Amino acid sequence: MSLPNDRQYTSTHEWVKSEGDVLVVGISDPAQSQLGDLVFVGDVQVGTVLKQGQTAGVVESVKAASDIYAPVDGEIVAFNDELESNPNLINESAYDAWIFKIKPSAAGAPQGLLDAAGYQQVVDAG
Amino acid sequence: MSSSLKHTPLAAAHVQAGARMVDFGGWDMPLAYGSQIEEHHAVRQDAGMFDVSHMLNVDVTGAGARAFLRRLIANDVDKLDCSGRALYSCMLNPQGGVIDDLIIYFFADAQWRVVVNAGTATKDVAWMRRVAQAGSHDVQIVPRHDLAMIAVQGPQARAKVWAARPAWQSASEPLAAFHAARVDADTLVARTGYTGEDGFELVVPAAEVEILWQDLLAAGVRPCGLGARDTLRLEAGMNLYGQDMDELTLPAEAGLSWTVSLKDPARDFIGRAALEAFGQPAAFVGLKLNERGVMRAHMAVHTAQGVGEITSGTMSPTLGMSIAFARVPKGVAAGDRVEIDIRGKRVAATVCKLPFVRFGQAVNA
Repeated sequence: MSLPNDRQYTSTHEWVKSEGDVLVVGISDPAQSQLGDLVFVGDVQVGTVLKQGQTAGVVESVKAASDIYAPVDGEIVAFNDELESNPNLINESAYDAWIFKIKPSAAGAPQGLLDAAGYQQVVDAG
Repeated sequence: MSSSLKHTPLAAAHVQAGARMVDFGGWDMPLAYGSQIEEHHAVRQDAGMFDVSHMLNVDVTGAGARAFLRRLIANDVDKLDCSGRALYSCMLNPQGGVIDDLIIYFFADAQWRVVVNAGTATKDVAWMRRVAQAGSHDVQIVPRHDLAMIAVQGPQARAKVWAARPAWQSASEPLAAFHAARVDADTLVARTGYTGEDGFELVVPAAEVEILWQDLLAAGVRPCGLGARDTLRLEAGMNLYGQDMDELTLPAEAGLSWTVSLKDPARDFIGRAALEAFGQPAAFVGLKLNERGVMRAHMAVHTAQGVGEITSGTMSPTLGMSIAFARVPKGVAAGDRVEIDIRGKRVAATVCKLPFVRFGQAVNA
């Protein structure tokens, strides 16, 4: 599957999409494929204010736990609680199964994110 | 294919079937062929198969074989009262520590078969030879690197093995659990397994294993990898050597007292004196997590009697909750509420007996 162009990415394998004044965040398809069957998605604290790069939650596959990170400074405003009973939604459709929404502290376009081509290089580097 | 790792005769078949391969104790083995959770469910509901050719079959032969095994093995091979009967046991060092867990088959007074773990095979054979020499036992230890093995497990496993190999049915259908039949000079069908389901472990000459794999595929058996193997054995309450116990663990600390036979006071097996001196320094229990999350090896377990440690943990596909084995202070008992340290947060869990799942069904603990 090629990387969708309708969103941005981080070097830590999150995808980031604008939705009004919040950013919607999930993990990329290469990331879910690497992790394998997901069995738990959580530890997302709605209302917490985070700095870019701070841990926002965790996705766990059978074999390992993997932190997910805030892509920008901001406040966590939502968690996709469908993932509580169905973490495998991410395996089925990584680009549709969002994990959390974050309201950026700074106005304007988010800084420091990768476009599809830039993230593809991260994927290719392994 | 990685060249520095060891390969079973089925390595190419795994890659062809789409397996993600991993380094398992120096062997290039399939982790999963797709969804390991689906592979797990296939074993609980239908039939799945595992390449276990990395494990080692060792023939133990000679007039002194029985006496040798009664010295070597913590369980008593005298329990094996008919040809083809098998026993699960630990092999201990003089300090009572577990060198390996293994299965022994009796065929005749001078003809036995021991099946050992892949990662410990070299160590085990060297140890067996030392013990044979030190005791001047009239025995030959013959590693069978010419043999390969497939474990077919699940409620439909036996039927599908017979569909693939009709000639094996008459000899293997009457087998009770933990019994084996030799259907050919070098072909063994054993009603054993590592999943808590019914099924057979099939031992064949290495040159014949690939065609057997293809025929089992054609009979509708699903290839399953190490990922599913681990979640299945955990649900079934079965230990993994190197994780749940090692050479510093007494059998009692790994829930394996039931595999040690002290019944014959005259049987001085290696490690006996140490076991009788040390007793049981710690308990080994099952855990179910009360909340969402995943328990993993080495997480701390906080109990009323002190702190213990998880030895193996996972998310149970059959139960839909996290399960684990843990070594904890003596006095911790089934029903106790404990707390697991999961990445800095205390999460409630309940102590329970093993196994968690038997023949596809949750066991009420």
